[in-house]
Amino acid sequence: MVYIFQRLAFYALAAWVALTLNFFLPRLMPGDPATALVARLQGRLAPGALEALRETFGLTDAPLISQYFMYLSHVLRGDFGISVAYFPAPVSEVIGTGLIWTIFLAGTAVLISFAIGTLLGVMAAWWRGSWLDTILPPSLVFLGAFPYFWLAMLALYALGFTLGWFPLGHAYGDDLTPGFNWLFLSDVVRHGALPIGTVVLATLGGWLLSMRNTMVSILGSDYVNLARAKGLPPSRVVLRYAARNALLPSVTGFGMALGFVLGGSLLTEIVFSYPGQGYLLVQAVRNQDYPLMQGIFLVITLAVLGANWLVDIVYLWLDPRTRESGG
Amino acid sequence: MSGGAEKTTGIGIWVEAIRRDRKATIGAVILALFVLLAVVGPFVAEDPDELVGVPLQPPSMQHWLGTTGQGQDVLAQLLVGSRTSLLIGFSVGISVVLIGALIGVTAGYFGGRIDALLTLLFNVFLVIPGLPLAIIIAAYLPAGPFTIMFVLIVTGWAWNARVLRAQTLAQRKRDFVFASVVAGESSFRIVTREILPTMTSLLVSQVIGGTVYAIGAQVGLEYLGLGDVSAFTWGTNLYWAQNDSALLTGAWWTFVPTGICVALVGFGLTMLNSGFDEITNPRLGLERSWRAYLLSKGRKPQRSTPVVLEGTRD
Repeated sequence: MVYIFQRLAFYALAAWVALTLNFFLPRLMPGDPATALVARLQGRLAPGALEALRETFGLTDAPLISQYFMYLSHVLRGDFGISVAYFPAPVSEVIGTGLIWTIFLAGTAVLISFAIGTLLGVMAAWWRGSWLDTILPPSLVFLGAFPYFWLAMLALYALGFTLGWFPLGHAYGDDLTPGFNWLFLSDVVRHGALPIGTVVLATLGGWLLSMRNTMVSILGSDYVNLARAKGLPPSRVVLRYAARNALLPSVTGFGMALGFVLGGSLLTEIVFSYPGQGYLLVQAVRNQDYPLMQGIFLVITLAVLGANWLVDIVYLWLDPRTRESGG
Repeated sequence: MSGGAEKTTGIGIWVEAIRRDRKATIGAVILALFVLLAVVGPFVAEDPDELVGVPLQPPSMQHWLGTTGQGQDVLAQLLVGSRTSLLIGFSVGISVVLIGALIGVTAGYFGGRIDALLTLLFNVFLVIPGLPLAIIIAAYLPAGPFTIMFVLIVTGWAWNARVLRAQTLAQRKRDFVFASVVAGESSFRIVTREILPTMTSLLVSQVIGGTVYAIGAQVGLEYLGLGDVSAFTWGTNLYWAQNDSALLTGAWWTFVPTGICVALVGFGLTMLNSGFDEITNPRLGLERSWRAYLLSKGRKPQRSTPVVLEGTRD
């Protein structure tokens, strides 16, 4: 239990670092981009909104430290300021519209990729020297060398544009209203297939190799040999004895890969005009919408930190040793 | 190493490792081709900015890779772009390892409070998602290659620091380090002359991994429009392909070649790395020669004791 709280404290610290970075970035950057933005919006925004924007960027006379606490209290209340690109909507509202789609896209992709990749890794280690072990890993590594979003472009071009098997973008058809019914859900799956599929394809190789390599070393260990000598069925030896332990490094890697995959899936969203954070991010970059950009950064960071903590809990459950030393 | 007249020190050992491993040879050849392209390409290519013909022409004898949505030559843009992209890639790859080594080795060597603090620092940087952080920093800076390099270094060094710290911790407990301490060598000398040389192959493989990361991330950032969109790099080529709706007009030639180049460079670097594993892990080399020996005696090699190959960097 101590372990869980230690990790929680660590993530709280990481969140604080992210918050603080977020606060100081616009204030420390050369060339004063914030002043330029405010100047550009002069006349386009209501005086009150302009004032709020100035405050967000620290273009006030208040001392830095009081600005900092002001900022923290705003963020804690979920107030990230006002979006420039989607004026006059507050950033939190803009982000809220896309959050569920990003979590759906990146979350599903990571889980599918992890499950299939790990399973393939187990199989590659068991049938060492077969095509599964010699041909599949290098080809997946080659696929993994492509930028995710480029694979997405290719898939969209070949399967969506040329063959017309999949829709060309968005999360669901324009003629549907979101709801918990078969028509809508199946449409979401149809729209999600390509973006999720390309991210899975690009990340499969990493999981496969990591699982295969750990499996190979564990399959040579004494306790596995003993299990085999006892005459246990191979499936039991592989899955219950070897795979469960070989999973540990992959689970540790899972937390770290999350942020990485999320970055890739943000770019994939753009290719498919998928209405998630990536799409909002590109709008923010194009319109120099700093409040929106920073809000997205914070929300994504918090989501990744939270997911990492969940992974830690899973790890605790998988590896009894951490339970003992931590308890 | 069979000794004799064979060179086993300096550059020789690396060349030998590449030559002996088929994967590494392939990787080295691919990489050499692209370096050649980056050096020579921009001189032989046409002006990438020039409007040479009708926009979105498919590949033809005149324009081998067709034209862009603006009517520029795709091949010229690809060639000119390769130089900046590879330069950014390698400089970021080297920088993140230098910073990672500085922080990781300091943490591992001195231990105690310094270690706790530095470890916390790189762990925090590891857990904050890199791409969004890179984006918000880059958005405030003037667009251009130096901004891209800067943000990629800021978001990329932590992994190297973590690996090098672990390696330093292991070396720190070895007898030869204790001997140096007793002999009264300074900490700086022990680190640079005793500990770092034992990690040469790891450092090289980290530079390669860092370069792969940098090229991929750079292309992603530029695709988002965070690069200098009037310059020519692989990332901005893709940015324009997306902006000109290349996909929805069927102009595959505006984005397919660039992606293949990015992937080939990444693949080549990864393959090259596998050859260096043998220097880091002598057991791999032993196993190879043992199998060769068995085969030469006409016997089928059995499964030997498994050796963990170094996985790819995630």
